Amino acid sequence: MPNSPSDEATDDRYSALYDLAVIGAGCAGLAGAVAASERGLSVALLDAAGQIGGQFYRHPAPPLGAVRPQALHHDWSLFAGLRRRLEASDIVHLAGHHVWTVVREGEGEWAVHAVTAADGTGERPARVRARTVLLATGAYERHLPFPGWTLPGVVAAGGAQAMLKSGLVLPGRRVVVAGSGPLLLAVAASLSAAGARVPAVVEASGYTGYARRPGVLAANPHKLMEAVIHATGLVRRGVRLRTRSAVTQVHGTDRVEAVTVSRIDRDWRPLPGTGRRIACDALAVGHGLVPQVELATSLGCATRRTEDGTYALALDALQETSVRGLWAAGETGGIGGADLARTEGELAGIAVAARTRGRPELARGGRVRELQRRRDGMRDFADAMAAVHAPGSGWVHWLDDATDVCRCEEVSAGAIREALADYGARDARTVKLLTRAGMGWCQGRMCGAAVACLAAGAGAESAPASPERRPLAVPVPLGVLGSLEPSEPTATPTGPSGQPDAAGPDEPGRPVDGRTRPSTAGPCKPAD
Amino acid sequence: MARDRTPAGLVGAAPEAPFEITFDRRTLTALPGQTIAAALWSAGVLAWRTTRRDGRPSGVFCGIGQCYDCLATINDLPNRRACLVPARPGDVITTQEGHGHAELSV
Repeated sequence: MPNSPSDEATDDRYSALYDLAVIGAGCAGLAGAVAASERGLSVALLDAAGQIGGQFYRHPAPPLGAVRPQALHHDWSLFAGLRRRLEASDIVHLAGHHVWTVVREGEGEWAVHAVTAADGTGERPARVRARTVLLATGAYERHLPFPGWTLPGVVAAGGAQAMLKSGLVLPGRRVVVAGSGPLLLAVAASLSAAGARVPAVVEASGYTGYARRPGVLAANPHKLMEAVIHATGLVRRGVRLRTRSAVTQVHGTDRVEAVTVSRIDRDWRPLPGTGRRIACDALAVGHGLVPQVELATSLGCATRRTEDGTYALALDALQETSVRGLWAAGETGGIGGADLARTEGELAGIAVAARTRGRPELARGGRVRELQRRRDGMRDFADAMAAVHAPGSGWVHWLDDATDVCRCEEVSAGAIREALADYGARDARTVKLLTRAGMGWCQGRMCGAAVACLAAGAGAESAPASPERRPLAVPVPLGVLGSLEPSEPTATPTGPSGQPDAAGPDEPGRPVDGRTRPSTAGPCKPAD
Repeated sequence: MARDRTPAGLVGAAPEAPFEITFDRRTLTALPGQTIAAALWSAGVLAWRTTRRDGRPSGVFCGIGQCYDCLATINDLPNRRACLVPARPGDVITTQEGHGHAELSV
């Protein structure tokens, strides 16, 4: 595996035309890259991080000398297997490459543009050309604001997990874990195993929703086992699980000193008088994950609404998006976890090989059918999970007007409510234009879900939230844009003519698998 | 034995020799392989920026380079994501005030 840290944009790695460029070296990207490479394709694997593994298999850098990284991971052996196959391959791994756009460069050719170095501040940008692209860009965490959530010591649940997995550090000694979704149990188990005291895991949903779908659970014994393992470890360490509850206030002046946990109804509306204070020095909080799809939506790839109101890419039975030549795997097609990502990655890798080598029989073999069967089962489970943990619309009642919703631009809930009530905004985009919510560094990744919920709650005629559009997926210095060669008119990132413009999975002649039908879910789950 | 458990102990870490960095003129110890943010957390530091409008303290939130809350001034260069940038011996980290470009103000 050729892999040098060189920034040079002039070396062979950047002049080649690859059969496949894989964006993202997590579970899906790794599985796709090795599957394609082992079938004879030339593959470039771009990833923002210095090490492979993505978020799930994030692990300490070699100088930290961790001899048991698997202590913080499930199924580490599966990752180790993928890593061995990558090392044995001639895949070109481009670490520290932050992809900011993908553009069409004529028929059957794509250019992947990236800024380089650990945080994208490298002097030389990079461009990688490929015949096909596999988007394996994963997800980021969804957040809902609450009074005090900007205080130091309040960290994303996945963020606490990431800092622990890579840096071997904790945000505090006594950490409350809160929000919604299966990630919370994993985070609590990791923090507690690493020495933090976790006085409570606060889950907004109930787990009874799973019991209503016994068929799905029975078909996914691995998921069930994983949940049981987490739960068992938590019980042994005295961690209390509080369901149908939420952190409704953080206390402290310079940093977290305590949180108030309140009972909430089925619609996530806090029940008055139920608040209980829990002393802690950190809070790890998150409300599920959001597929990272902006590279694809900029190219016009069709999306679908998921059961919990996010947008995922609409994919066909072989993982191809609605734009020919662009494939996707893992969380980009809907949140479903590492096992599903690996399965879809391999499927996509085989499908790309079948297409580019002109060997359609490769995509009809027994292995493909087996992968599709496993994928479909896990996708059903993922849909059930999304429905159980979908945010209820009542959470907005724990928000006071002074709380900042947009952390970057410091836009308060009061300012957003004013835009809705007094200035007539009816959708998140208008709120953004009036208040700057979502206009800062993170481009609405942290506040987008909350702003969409607030806008949707403002009136029955509200327009539904649209997929996030971020023509530049990461910040790009003007000097980098200025250094680009002038491009042909067809090379603009706004979607080639003749391609559906995120209109829906109904392109004639390329039926998208029935599993990926659009959901009618809004940004918030309406009251039952 | 909760008091005995540590992240390093959990994964059996035997790090290479630690080195020094400074944060607001205070000397801290960092481990090779850690990011600036991880080194600061190790020292109990959770905030290293004041926000542009309200001047409230800010540090790591998302931990994966997506939220930009953890921007710091590192070796005189502002707006660097501390959760992504590896710590190097002798790094000078200073609390970033606002946009970090006060010298450009007129």
